[in-house]
Amino acid sequence: MIGFLARRLVSVLVTLALASVVVFTVLEVLPGDPAQMALGTEAQEDTLAALRREMGLDRPVLERYLGWIGGLLVLDFGRSLTYGVPVVSLVADRIQVTAPLAGLAMLMSVVIAVPLGIFAARNHQRVGDYGVMGFAQVGIAIPSFWFGIILILLFAVWLGWFQAGGFTPWREDPVAALKSLFLPSLALALTEAAILARVTRAAVLDTLREDWVRTARAKGVSENGILYGHVLRNALIPVLTIGGLIFAFLLAGALVIENVFYLPGIGRLVYQGVTQRDVVVVKNVVLLVSAMVVTVNFLVDVLYALVDPRPKARA
Amino acid sequence: MTAPLLSVRGLTVRLPRGADRAHAVEDVSMDLHAGEILCVVGESGSGKSITAAAMMGLLPRGLDPVAGTIGFEGEDLLRLSPSRMRTLRGRRLGMVFQEPMSALNPVLPIGDQVEEVMRVHGVGTTAERRARTVEMLAAVGLPDPEALVDTHPHRLSGGQRQRVMIAIALMLEPAVLICDEPTTALDVTTQMQILRLVKDIQAQRGTGVMFITHDFGVVAEVAHRVVVMRHGRVVETGPARDVLDRPSHDYTKALIAAVPRLVPRAAEAAGPILLETKGIAKTFRRGGGLLRPGKIVKAVHDADFVLHRGETLGLVGESGSGKSTLARCVIRLIDPEAGEIRLDGTDLRPLGKSALHPVRKRVQMVFQDPFSSLDPRRKVGDIVAEGPRAHGTPKRAALERARELLRLVGLDPSAAARYPHEFSGGQRQRIGIARALALEPELLVADEPVSALDVSVQAQILDLLADLRARLGLTMLFITHDLRVAAQVCDRVAVMRHGAIVEQGSTGQVFGAPAHPYTRALLDAIPGRGWVPGGVAG
Repeated sequence: MIGFLARRLVSVLVTLALASVVVFTVLEVLPGDPAQMALGTEAQEDTLAALRREMGLDRPVLERYLGWIGGLLVLDFGRSLTYGVPVVSLVADRIQVTAPLAGLAMLMSVVIAVPLGIFAARNHQRVGDYGVMGFAQVGIAIPSFWFGIILILLFAVWLGWFQAGGFTPWREDPVAALKSLFLPSLALALTEAAILARVTRAAVLDTLREDWVRTARAKGVSENGILYGHVLRNALIPVLTIGGLIFAFLLAGALVIENVFYLPGIGRLVYQGVTQRDVVVVKNVVLLVSAMVVTVNFLVDVLYALVDPRPKARA
Repeated sequence: MTAPLLSVRGLTVRLPRGADRAHAVEDVSMDLHAGEILCVVGESGSGKSITAAAMMGLLPRGLDPVAGTIGFEGEDLLRLSPSRMRTLRGRRLGMVFQEPMSALNPVLPIGDQVEEVMRVHGVGTTAERRARTVEMLAAVGLPDPEALVDTHPHRLSGGQRQRVMIAIALMLEPAVLICDEPTTALDVTTQMQILRLVKDIQAQRGTGVMFITHDFGVVAEVAHRVVVMRHGRVVETGPARDVLDRPSHDYTKALIAAVPRLVPRAAEAAGPILLETKGIAKTFRRGGGLLRPGKIVKAVHDADFVLHRGETLGLVGESGSGKSTLARCVIRLIDPEAGEIRLDGTDLRPLGKSALHPVRKRVQMVFQDPFSSLDPRRKVGDIVAEGPRAHGTPKRAALERARELLRLVGLDPSAAARYPHEFSGGQRQRIGIARALALEPELLVADEPVSALDVSVQAQILDLLADLRARLGLTMLFITHDLRVAAQVCDRVAVMRHGAIVEQGSTGQVFGAPAHPYTRALLDAIPGRGWVPGGVAG
């Protein structure tokens, strides 16, 4: 178990190192001058030279890369070109929106999907099953930004239960902050819940066909006992796998949904960074998002190890 | 005779529409008495497992009992509510299944799964349940039951898991124990241990045991009474001695005649040496990974043998003994790390891919599983013709030859135009043999070619191989775990254990005067050893 986690941790670090190389190469090494990108084609040559010097672009590539990574290790992400403030302070503000948004969306998709999936599996090839699968089909087909707009129309414009957009900071009013994240989380969660519900249903159905379920029946265990005592823990294994992958989609989806709900999160920061050609912001935030995805998948591996005692299953 | 414990009368179970017949079992009647072992014997599709599932109320969805009764302790099991049936399952009716590797929940500790029987039936306090669990694990002969309680199933061997299953089934001292092929997936020595365990427990506790099997050797070993089933119907019932030695129904007679005699075959005069192996070594690394070295397993070592032209050498041994690995090394499907494989004097081991190509033609293999070893998307004719075409035979000639070969193995030549799924297991194995023969090999390596087949089909395939051998002068390396089959087929046998050949010699010598203790243990474990099928009662 310890060995397994140590090996997974090594692979996390390798993945992050590779991601940093890719990000750095795309933004700073491939043809295209980051200073020129930031200032536009009309910029004066001496202004460009000054910015290049400020960004350290006159230094060798390896030195710049190592300098960037060294800075990351002491939480020095550099200074934003457009805001003129340290990127770390920008990120610190924005993460307070995006991390709870993605977390809440993840929680909502699990809370919606797992019971629905179990319900569908129990009613296999009956009305309930077809109903859930119909819902899932629609959920997968419809993009989350459209859900977002519908939710705004319904709950904000028409019913007036929530605000249509914007974010109340946590330190001002935690309840209001949570409330302003509710609709965007729901919009994000519905699509992913549809996928997760299908996965849960399939996993429960597969597990119900196992030989040891028959053994449990032969002991006189009730159908509820079989489902909750035997099947669920085994069915969780594929659900966890997909859950980990879904988290990456949730982060990507957050980028879009933050713009729909006008939330000052990481997604808007990247979006603004790209439109304003702020290479420093984009480079650091992209790596940060990669780190979040890799970390969540590492946590999924830890959960695997807790759920399934067989070493072979964790290849 | 006292009233039966469990009485099946006119049981008929309907199959879903579109099945190959209307009923899974039809008008089945049998009685199980307290303190007896009733063997229900039959080939696949005979309805023996369906009958057991009906008794337990565990029929798969879509299979409905449409007629009959199953009387047990004053109730008809077919008419009980699901909740009433649940109170009987595990408490009054226990069951052990065929495949022990998948019969236990992989994520729960053994103890939880054993004591669950008491928990769901509301029997005992936590401490009592735990004590009973330890007591039963000890009773089925498992070592260190205290520690076993917290162990997960993947740490146990198949035989140990089957013991756990028996402990589970007997926790609440049921009146009836149903064993559905409980030893079929086990090695022969483990099988004998489990058979003895079932017999002992049955004798001590007076349980009525219904024992389902396809193996007449097992019947001879354990049965008091026998029910023979075929195509969903009972064809013969009677005391074990009568059915085994004086079968009355033609089908029973045919089945018993198909059981290989344990009479060693007389060795035929051997030709010159065709194949000789020296010092072959193959190791595998189990587990391990990036940072941790795995365990080294010596799959094959000390396994030198010679094979003469026209001879059949049997490689016998239990699972994991290395017999398949050795065979695969010989034909270079896997590459051994050391040693010589001399075919007609040429060492095959150093040969590269292109130098090996002409050798491949001379050595062909027949595989165990007739269901997965044929490409389902290709016509049988193309499958058989593929080898010759790869070695340069024109398509038309290869297909013509394929049709001849299909006739040779007892199939209609029109089979060439059909797909593998249209054939039964035995027919597919014939196709597999035709495919291997298409290249006119000098050496045929047969890896458990009859293990997946019913006994009557097995007899046909063994006859076919004997016939081909006589007609074509085939040399065969025959891998099997079944000593009855080895006795019938092989001129000489080599007994393998833990990757090494521990004993080899003529079949008569090895079976008649085994020198190695392991060989003796294997021979002693052959079920029904004292019974001579169709011969004089022992």
